[in-house]
Amino acid sequence: MPAIADGPIIEARGLKRTFKIRKGTVEAVKGIDLTVQPGEIVGFLGPNGAGKTTTLRMLCTLLAPTDGTATVVGCDLRDDPVGVRRRIGYVAQSGTTTGEAVAGQEIVSQAQLYGIDRKTATERGKALLKSLDLDGIWDRKCGSLSGGQRRRLDIVMGLVHEPKLVFLDEPTTGLDPQARANLWHHIRDLRDRLGTTIFLTTHYMDEADSLSDRILIVDGGKVVAQGTPQELKQRVSGDAITLTLRGRKDTAQASEIIGGFEGADTPNVDGNVVRAHLPDGSTALPQLLRALDKAGVDAIGLEVARPTLDDVFLTLTGRSLRD
Amino acid sequence: MTFFKDTWIVFSRAMRLSLQNPLWVIIGISQPILYLALFGPLLQAIAGAPGFPPGDAWQIFVPGLLVQLGVFGGFFVGFGIIAEWRAGVIERMLVSPASRTALIAGRVLRDVIVLIVQAIILVVCAMFFGLSVPFIAIVLGLIIIAMLGASASFFSYAMALAVKSEDAFAPIVNSIALPILLLSGILLPMSLAPVWLQTLSDINPFKHVVTAIRAVFRNEIVTGEVGLGVGIAIALVLIAAFVGTRSFANQTK
Repeated sequence: MPAIADGPIIEARGLKRTFKIRKGTVEAVKGIDLTVQPGEIVGFLGPNGAGKTTTLRMLCTLLAPTDGTATVVGCDLRDDPVGVRRRIGYVAQSGTTTGEAVAGQEIVSQAQLYGIDRKTATERGKALLKSLDLDGIWDRKCGSLSGGQRRRLDIVMGLVHEPKLVFLDEPTTGLDPQARANLWHHIRDLRDRLGTTIFLTTHYMDEADSLSDRILIVDGGKVVAQGTPQELKQRVSGDAITLTLRGRKDTAQASEIIGGFEGADTPNVDGNVVRAHLPDGSTALPQLLRALDKAGVDAIGLEVARPTLDDVFLTLTGRSLRD
Repeated sequence: MTFFKDTWIVFSRAMRLSLQNPLWVIIGISQPILYLALFGPLLQAIAGAPGFPPGDAWQIFVPGLLVQLGVFGGFFVGFGIIAEWRAGVIERMLVSPASRTALIAGRVLRDVIVLIVQAIILVVCAMFFGLSVPFIAIVLGLIIIAMLGASASFFSYAMALAVKSEDAFAPIVNSIALPILLLSGILLPMSLAPVWLQTLSDINPFKHVVTAIRAVFRNEIVTGEVGLGVGIAIALVLIAAFVGTRSFANQTK
């Protein structure tokens, strides 16, 4: 085994991929640098067509990069693709099983392709099914499972050889809200219990937000920002402060007070409402109230809104993620 | 060796799925049996006509049906792999360290086993109708058919993975398989054809395989015809295996 304990589990530099189409070429991925540490859950967030899946497929050896280098679990992507394959798990967006196949048999045959014997494969498969609340489906046909169950079975298929790193491509697309929440719980549990590093793509803000330790925002084939969900939200827009006054006479004074806070932008007055952004709104709130009180400003409402990842995305790309 | 192990794993899985649903095997065999029952008797009457190759009607007709079974059965396996590709099965196997050649060879091996079972059923049925051939000729005939079927399967998987759509694959297969079969002299021997048609059929490698099996069924085993047919069958398997393996490896390019 290569030494991976101390270094990053994924290190990609300048990863590029162009596709030839009838009218020339399309640059799907325009040079992606990324580093993932062991044990992290990293969310690869971006709109459809941002290059998420293309990047993921390159890191999984399913697509050869046009340019750039990457080391995945200690193996070079170009020189040792088989080494990478041995050490990673990959759960594709499209699923992994045929409806007519029996779940347990699919698990065992997949494990055998990794050189695992039938007995070990059966034990591991059953244990994994149990940990993903799928006990009892061993003898069932994959087609008879619910959408959520089948998705979890896909994850079992990707984990049966106990990879250190698992790639999940849009893991909850097409699932109902309850099944999504359930799957999130299982994904987190996987990392907490087994220490598996998880790299997932998603175009859902809430998914990236609640699941990832760290988010990479991709747009137009490039990583446009990265950080913890908290960092990203703070860095980009700050918290929105909305102060409502009883009348209009104090707005100028209120603006001056808010604008005086460190890192505040220029307040915007609209009737009796003053709006501004502060880097850390909740910490500033008590001071702000005191200062307003001292100056005799008659405030009747004060609101702090934390920015969402949607705001972050909008600020970074000028577009909403839902477009 | 990991190639053989991987091939076996892929074969076992594919075989298990086929056995789970033997309906396709039955549908596959029903067509040649219908030919045997509803078309074979017609040949009896004209087998003695001038231009017909030596041998009785069944010795001429059954080799043609075997080749039809092998070529048609083989060409159509691509539909299965399009379905598997869509379900994500191919991709999940490609992301494993398994040998790329094994991923296709295991499936082709399943197709060949299914074909041999169908061919045995067909030959046994033909014997009831009056086919009379030595045992060794049947064995050799089945080996040739197995090679033919394997090459058709390899080609079929390669084409299917190249287009990845049933709508595109169906017309491609039909437009290739039909001329191949017609130009092989399956239903009627090409010796009945006008010269231009004979010339055309001489270019078709499958025709020589049919000719070889007919010779084998007449118990003329050590002949130039058989040597040519077997040589072509071996060459077809090698070319098809190369093309098929490349198509699998190309999935990760």
